[in-house]
Amino acid sequence: MSLRRNVAFFGALLVAAVLAFLLSPLAGMKGYSPLDVISGALSSADHGIFWKVRVPRVLLSLLAGAALALSGMTFQSMFRNPLATPYTLGVASGGSFGAALTLKLGLTFSLAGLPASSIGAFLGCLLAVTLVYGVTRLKHGFSTATMLLAGVAVGFLFSSVLMFLQYMSDFAETFRIVRWLMGGLDIVGYRHVLELLPLVLVGGAVVVLHVRELNLLVTGDDLAAGRGVDVVAVRRRLFFATSLMVGGVVAACGPIGFVGMMSPHICRMIIGSDHRLLAPAATLFGAVFLTVCDTVARTIIAPAEIPVGVITALLGGPFFLWLLTRGSTERG
Amino acid sequence: MGLTGNSRGSDGCAPLHGPGPGTTGERAGGPQTPVVQVEGVSVSFGRKPVLHGVSARIRKGAHVAIIGPNGAGKSTLLKAIDGLLPLAAGQVSLQGRPLASWSRKEIARLVSYVPQADGRTLPFPARDFVMMGRYPHLSPLSAVSSLDREAVNEAMRVTGTERFAERRVDTLSGGERQKLFIAAAIAQGAEVLLLDEPTTFLDPKHQADVLGLLARLNKERGVTLLTVTHDINSAALWADEILALREGRIAWSGPAEDAMDNRVLGAVFDHEFRFATREDGKRFVLPEGGGRA
Repeated sequence: MSLRRNVAFFGALLVAAVLAFLLSPLAGMKGYSPLDVISGALSSADHGIFWKVRVPRVLLSLLAGAALALSGMTFQSMFRNPLATPYTLGVASGGSFGAALTLKLGLTFSLAGLPASSIGAFLGCLLAVTLVYGVTRLKHGFSTATMLLAGVAVGFLFSSVLMFLQYMSDFAETFRIVRWLMGGLDIVGYRHVLELLPLVLVGGAVVVLHVRELNLLVTGDDLAAGRGVDVVAVRRRLFFATSLMVGGVVAACGPIGFVGMMSPHICRMIIGSDHRLLAPAATLFGAVFLTVCDTVARTIIAPAEIPVGVITALLGGPFFLWLLTRGSTERG
Repeated sequence: MGLTGNSRGSDGCAPLHGPGPGTTGERAGGPQTPVVQVEGVSVSFGRKPVLHGVSARIRKGAHVAIIGPNGAGKSTLLKAIDGLLPLAAGQVSLQGRPLASWSRKEIARLVSYVPQADGRTLPFPARDFVMMGRYPHLSPLSAVSSLDREAVNEAMRVTGTERFAERRVDTLSGGERQKLFIAAAIAQGAEVLLLDEPTTFLDPKHQADVLGLLARLNKERGVTLLTVTHDINSAALWADEILALREGRIAWSGPAEDAMDNRVLGAVFDHEFRFATREDGKRFVLPEGGGRA
């Protein structure tokens, strides 16, 4: 019975999320015992590491993973293609460019509590998505192949501009940009978490309010419009929402690939394509997945640390190939 | 009655002859408002014009087949009626009100576009797919009500799709899918169905099934049908009225039986047809080939 399977899956995801939240901060270069944390037996240095480095980092990974997975799901469903994600469509590159530009220009203003880099990343994402969508719409009919190609092209475009930015930067700046492009969750304090939280909450809420429309978009734009969906308006809102989330994540941790592609796809294989279930499942899965990847990234070769983007890409690359060879690039 | 040619469509008031589609139900002294009215509609794809000043009135409860050669603009006309395409000129009205003043949900409660049940991926159970037809009746935060469930059950019962209600749509046969698409349109509560080649890829049995279902919906429930088809015989034998398009203009319109003539069909399709008469007196087109030059 599929109901039982769904309940089991959600149960497992919830348990995994709680475990990831509770256990992940304990692991790292130096492991902590939960008893020490609870009884307050940590030294003041360890206390600082645990509460000011590990816990915010885990919170950020949960939040970023959730946002990336939800954004990935939205793109995959809107474009009816499992390979369409903010990352593959060049949206994350646009965000990276926007954020890097604000860093390079030394913009430090903040607007409504959001730092310039978040705003730059958000605008970059929006620009990329508009470009990709605009190019795709130019040709009569909506072809997924055109869109993926446009995404790749736009991604390249932003990457080369980014490269130019790096070239124009001094050694230290270049290193910062390169390191940041690998994606990383190494933050100190709660500032990044608090900056990302409202973006994810607003963007996520918009997506969740459109689960019915996403279901209909999966059936095709013509059927969706025929059922009463204002396809253009819904797409615009969802672009905005995902740009908000992806821009926020990119600004806080750099472009982290593949979480947004794999998480919704794996969830879809288990609980199906109904977005009323898929949206919460992908959100939880992405959160857990990125947290686990990050935990691995900072423990596997401790005391050194691998950027989390390397881990997700190592897992994601083969998954991407598997998807391709499975021939599941659905028609647009 | 007869063929009008293409020239007269370009002036923005396409010809309708004799009773014409939808006009048969009108009575002198009190013409009822047509459920669909198309006035001088032109549509272009990029620079390529597809429809030129097409006009038609579709009466409530009519069963109209839209025929014509490939590229005549048949599917475009259906989509234009449902407001799925921007018009370059002209106006579509539903129940006498211009389409522009309707919201998408309002349109969907009256009209449902039923595309071909092609090979698109539909990863949903059949019942969930039909339930999506209830979308225009739901507000963003409202849950599905018992009324919605009842509408879905009824639509599936009428269309005979209950027996595969729990199966995934993309595991169904072409005929089953087509019936399911119609079921979703019924659940949508639409009084006008715009069907785009509903029987093209179906075997003879499923063709008859789907056409029979549509005829019943039309006769018993008063559903207005506009069906684009390449099958002249199904148009002539099942529909009451025919609207023939050629090169983006209305070439002919009138009662279905009057179309079965080379003066009409021959000119619309630029092809000489051979006709025969069935035992009930209805004329049909004989198949081509089979040893003839």
